[in-house]
Amino acid sequence: MIKSKQNQVFVMTEWCKGCRFCIEFCPQHLLYESDETNSKGYHIVRMDDNGNCIGCEMCSMVCPEFAIHVVTADEEPEKGEG
Amino acid sequence: MSDREHLEGEHFMSGDEACSEGAISAGCRFFAGYPITPATEIAERMSDRLPEVGGTYVQMEDELGSMAAVLGASWGDAKAMTATSGPGFSLMMENIGLGVMLETPCVVVNVQRAGPSTGLPTMVGQGDMMQARWGSHGCYSIIAISPDSVQEVFDLMIKAFNLAERFRLPVLVMMDGAVGHMYEKVVIPPLDKIHLVTRRRPDVPPGEYWPYMPDEDLIPPMANTGEGYRFHVTGLTHDERGYPAMDPEAQDKLVRRLVEKVERHRDEIIELEEDGTDDAEVVVCAYGITARVATIAVERARREGTRVGLLRLITVWPFPEDKIKSLARQVKAFVVPEINYGQISLEVERSVAGMARLALVPHMGGDVHNPATILEAIRQVIK
Amino acid sequence: MNVLAVTDEAREKHPLEDYLRVDRLPHIWCPGCGLGTILGAFLRGLLKSGLTPDKVAVVSGIGCTGRVAGYIKLDSFHTTHGRAIAFATGLKLAKPELKVVVFSGDGDLAAIGGNHLIHAGRRNIDMTVLCVNNFNYGMTGGQFGPTTPETARSTTSRAGNIENPFNMSALAAASGATYVARWTAAQIHQMEKSIIEALLKKGFSFVEIISPCPTYYGRMNRLPTGLDQMRYYRSNSVVRHGANPNEVGAGTNGQIVTGKFIDIERPYLPGPRDGENGG
Repeated sequence: MIKSKQNQVFVMTEWCKGCRFCIEFCPQHLLYESDETNSKGYHIVRMDDNGNCIGCEMCSMVCPEFAIHVVTADEEPEKGEG
Repeated sequence: MSDREHLEGEHFMSGDEACSEGAISAGCRFFAGYPITPATEIAERMSDRLPEVGGTYVQMEDELGSMAAVLGASWGDAKAMTATSGPGFSLMMENIGLGVMLETPCVVVNVQRAGPSTGLPTMVGQGDMMQARWGSHGCYSIIAISPDSVQEVFDLMIKAFNLAERFRLPVLVMMDGAVGHMYEKVVIPPLDKIHLVTRRRPDVPPGEYWPYMPDEDLIPPMANTGEGYRFHVTGLTHDERGYPAMDPEAQDKLVRRLVEKVERHRDEIIELEEDGTDDAEVVVCAYGITARVATIAVERARREGTRVGLLRLITVWPFPEDKIKSLARQVKAFVVPEINYGQISLEVERSVAGMARLALVPHMGGDVHNPATILEAIRQVIK
Repeated sequence: MNVLAVTDEAREKHPLEDYLRVDRLPHIWCPGCGLGTILGAFLRGLLKSGLTPDKVAVVSGIGCTGRVAGYIKLDSFHTTHGRAIAFATGLKLAKPELKVVVFSGDGDLAAIGGNHLIHAGRRNIDMTVLCVNNFNYGMTGGQFGPTTPETARSTTSRAGNIENPFNMSALAAASGATYVARWTAAQIHQMEKSIIEALLKKGFSFVEIISPCPTYYGRMNRLPTGLDQMRYYRSNSVVRHGANPNEVGAGTNGQIVTGKFIDIERPYLPGPRDGENGG
């Protein structure tokens, strides 16, 4: 699942309240409100998997729910392969 | 220890001054207050004395802030107190409630003056006794003690801090303007003759600490701020972790414990003084300055051949109802003089439960009772 | 670079998790409320400030912002309405090595607690006050408060507020604060940087943070979602460092002037001591 040289965006779907702050603040416009809902009925945020995340972490910083954060490729711990 | 730390020896001082010295000897190192007659002299002496012993005096903007600062200081590991009178005591009720809820050791002195409202600022009253018990909203138990001499002010300040630290709650010292402004001899014993209690600390590492997990005696150990326990405390109803818990079950569990931790230890807390109650047909029940006035009436009544006992309430809350009940089975009547229109007399009446007669001797304040009035009440009640 | 969006199933630890009471999340604040954003900025600022987190205590009053203390995994105190600063004063004076932070709302700090605010400023008590200003009493259902702009509607001023509001930054500055700044919740980086400065400032530091209240203030004043308010802040905020706070109000009618207004030195209480956090 975890691949190197990629910025990864993690969403805690159960904490998302669908405020759309992250969608608004993402400079690359990669995030969108999905049709999926969490157990409270909020439409949770998803991401365009083909977009170019620059790892600025604005989504994480603006999220009032601590529901989204980014692990950038350069802070990824080394994984022993094979 | 500097020689100013503990003023061992004989002194001639006022009740207010003895209050400050008792606090210092008890280890009090923080005072927050707001000037108010007749308690101001406590603040004045603390402002002189605390810097001498490495403590902190802060004069707050009002009594709301004073009481809040006392709680903050207690969580900052200081034995902390404030002193006030009726109008200030009313304002402090808000954060006395928080002190009860956060289980914060501290001492609140009320040098009572005559009310209601601004009343007689420089003159004696005892009208805040029920406020001491029920003044903050919600249901809880409290500890209140009442000295009748300058020496006892000193002694009871030590007891007050010990009770506060032991039971983790605000302890109310219900002085009155007469005792506060009276000058008498005070003997301050050597420090090694003074028994001091400090709050129980957790013996578990930070990760395992729950701030309101009580020990068997219903009292939870209290962590110190800044030592990595990372506790949360709240005035909201909370569970053992200290987290808000908005449900009747948590409310039931918490409030029962807050009440029970006092009520279950009544024998340990309650201190009374009895004189001639063994074979008494009448018992005069009094506290504070009124107990001293009552002594004169009791002596005169005895000279008239009446078997009169004096029960002096040193501990007023929790109310010593068991003692009153047992006396009620033996005596014909109780006489309760107090400087109000009947407050503690209501508790006596409740405890007596019809087993004996009861005469209230109310006095509205401004001065103390005339002993003759109490004597007359004794005569009338056994007719 | 390719991007991978991952959800709970393969969750990584949130970078602030060690400083949040994760077992209490999701929090009670409404969707679109700015409090979580501001709390995040505080925690990031705290971690970058170099202060020892275990020597930091957070004190809150009552109200929506009062609930901050319950989500922060530090020694934290949720006290009575208006008394957070007074409680914090006692805590700081009794234990000077602590860094004491008061996190509370405009109603708590300027109305019921206004007296403690101005006197803590006057004494220049060494503490940091983070004031989240949402222009109304949110927890009780959107009544007007001490910062509600004139003419703004609330559940107790349906025809428009007839009272003149307090300018919180000006009030703090006039009281004697050594550091005063104002930001909106949309100014993520400036807010975080300013919080660091405030935490490291000796004396009474005050940061006012304008924050969306979509459920009440916004809904009643034509900005019905948190996002509407965040957009409003972004298009109407200007940064003017050093501006005289008396001349720049915070109301949402027109321009919001933000920036660092005051940064001065003045004797503070308690005086400097060895071992003080950040000292």
